[in-house]
Amino acid sequence: MPAPILDVRALRKSFGPLEVLKGIDLSVRPQELVFLVGPSGSGKSTLLRCCNRLEEPDSGSIRLEGVELMDRACDLNAARRRIGMVFQGFNLYPHMTALGNVTLALRKVLGKSRREAEEIGRAALDRVGLADKAACHPGELSGGQQQRVAIARAVSLEPTLMLFDEPTSALDPELVGSVLAVMRSLREAGMTMVVVSHEMRFAREAADRVVFMEGGAIVEEGPPAAMFTEAQHPRTRAFLQEIGR
Amino acid sequence: MDALLQQFFNLDVMAQAWPLVLKGLGMTALLCLAVIPLGLGGGLLVALASLSGSRALRWSVRVFADLFRALPPLVLLILIYSGLPFAGIRLSPFAAVCLAFLLNASSFYGEIYRAGIESVGRGQWEAARSTGLTAGQAFGYVILPQAVRNVLPDLVSNTVEVVKLTSLASVVSFTELLYAADMARSVTYNASPIVLAALIYLAILWPVVRLTSRLEHRIAA
Amino acid sequence: MTDLDRFLATFLNPAVAGQYAGAIAAGVLVTIEVAVAVLVTGLALGLGLAVLRAYRIRPLNALIVIFVDVFRALPPLVVILLAYFGLPNVGVTLSAFAVLWLVLSLVLAAFAEEIVWAGILSVRKGQWDAARSTGLGFAQTLFYVVLPQAVRLAIPPLTNRAIATTKNTALGSVIGVGEIINQAQTAVAVTGNATPLLMGALAYIIVFVPVLILAGRIERRFAWRRA
Repeated sequence: MPAPILDVRALRKSFGPLEVLKGIDLSVRPQELVFLVGPSGSGKSTLLRCCNRLEEPDSGSIRLEGVELMDRACDLNAARRRIGMVFQGFNLYPHMTALGNVTLALRKVLGKSRREAEEIGRAALDRVGLADKAACHPGELSGGQQQRVAIARAVSLEPTLMLFDEPTSALDPELVGSVLAVMRSLREAGMTMVVVSHEMRFAREAADRVVFMEGGAIVEEGPPAAMFTEAQHPRTRAFLQEIGR
Repeated sequence: MDALLQQFFNLDVMAQAWPLVLKGLGMTALLCLAVIPLGLGGGLLVALASLSGSRALRWSVRVFADLFRALPPLVLLILIYSGLPFAGIRLSPFAAVCLAFLLNASSFYGEIYRAGIESVGRGQWEAARSTGLTAGQAFGYVILPQAVRNVLPDLVSNTVEVVKLTSLASVVSFTELLYAADMARSVTYNASPIVLAALIYLAILWPVVRLTSRLEHRIAA
Repeated sequence: MTDLDRFLATFLNPAVAGQYAGAIAAGVLVTIEVAVAVLVTGLALGLGLAVLRAYRIRPLNALIVIFVDVFRALPPLVVILLAYFGLPNVGVTLSAFAVLWLVLSLVLAAFAEEIVWAGILSVRKGQWDAARSTGLGFAQTLFYVVLPQAVRLAIPPLTNRAIATTKNTALGSVIGVGEIINQAQTAVAVTGNATPLLMGALAYIIVFVPVLILAGRIERRFAWRRA
């Protein structure tokens, strides 16, 4: 079995008196698509945000390709650019064009020249089917297009792992498909992905593994076929039945 | 360091100046009591007039309000205080100061009220009228309370500006806080009385300034 | 002489107007000089302080907040008199022009800091998340992502504050800076005629009404930018 790309051990996180992550163990192999599901407040998003330390964990270990991110000496910015993240609310920079959104980190983090960055940026926009929107500001784009630009922004940095935090939850139903299509093509290109989402059809067809979380702990995990039909835990069954309807 | 203390924080000088400064503070308070309520009321009239259906009224009020907002308040004060006597109109210093500040304050308050009233949706007006409220009732019970709430930070910070404005009365020898302090300074050749005045202004206005930043940040968040 | 003649001779006297047009024009120039100098230093200092505050260094932030509060709470004339009459006695002698420039700059800086800081706070947290997730550092995120949005939000209130501060240049007349109203008052004292006063007021209106109109336009232009 290949070494995991992401290896999370005993991760704990509290907000005040509320313990949101109660010692999570999760490891993600290369090219794997892991789907995190669970009721709201179960800690999925917090787990995702702890993986690149946007949220500071209280304790535990996070290894990215063997490098410990919790180390004091770890260059967090270098690690973060290898972990692409896509947010529920897109979080595009409203004062920049689509191309500007994609090229900012290429220029300022990777130190590429403007020309080189724009070349890469255009290729990334092309990959999400938005080559013709390079000069548009986020305000001129639909939600689905904005989210695809956000994916291009993350992909252009050539991450080894991508985190998706409810990427389609803020979208109108008719726009969800275009974003899922982009995620599907990323998966086909061999991207390693961790996805928090309620798109169960997508989970069934694209995920390698479904992880069910509740109350800050992983209750059960397994391949989607098994999880959706013969989950062991009654709570998993109840949740997946409820949401799968 | 010693010279600095001696010059700016001389307690003896401050004690000496205290009675005079206190009298000045009384006049400042009197000015505020006259200008702030009248300005708040006048501002509401300005706002109503500048939103009125009569084109002539609307435009003349807007032009005058813009004029009084464009003129530095000190210039307005000097115009009234030293200009009007040339036209045979003699106002007491208190009346001149009040008039100048009132024109300035109600123009600014008026602009704030207007923004507030415009920020309340037309639907509120229609809903109120549809329940049978008169125009005056709809304005007083439905529109104005929302308008004021929407622009409360601006109303409060403009009130701070009005209090600060009263210090200009010193320029026309009206014995308010700053004038009294400056008189004490020129007698004692020591800046401590002005520091004393500054401390009094701070004591009054600092809490209000804190309040305005909290109000503004709350709205921004 | 009729009443009207007397009125015109007192307030709109062509002879007096001709004689003092030059002085008023010189005053206009001084007003514009002070105003521009104050705008440049005041806005730069205010922006710098807001940026500094974003680093959230506790003792430094406490100092910034105190500075901002004090200069927002004190009437500028009080500070001007304090600096002009107090500083020479401790060996610091500044020209009236320098005192006016310095004090008004500090006042503008205080207001500008507060406004820009409110702008920084109102930029959504997701913007920080997104930028940091791509590996941008704190300073890079602040300068490339957050500050451009904060400044855009801050422009309308900043314009209003800049205008208010510029109007305060008139306070220079109290310590003898030869700006518009100072020139006008001198001329009134010499001639015993009110015409220079009206000329001064007119000069302010000519200088400021276009600025006010421009400000109104800027305000409307940036008003939609709340997305």
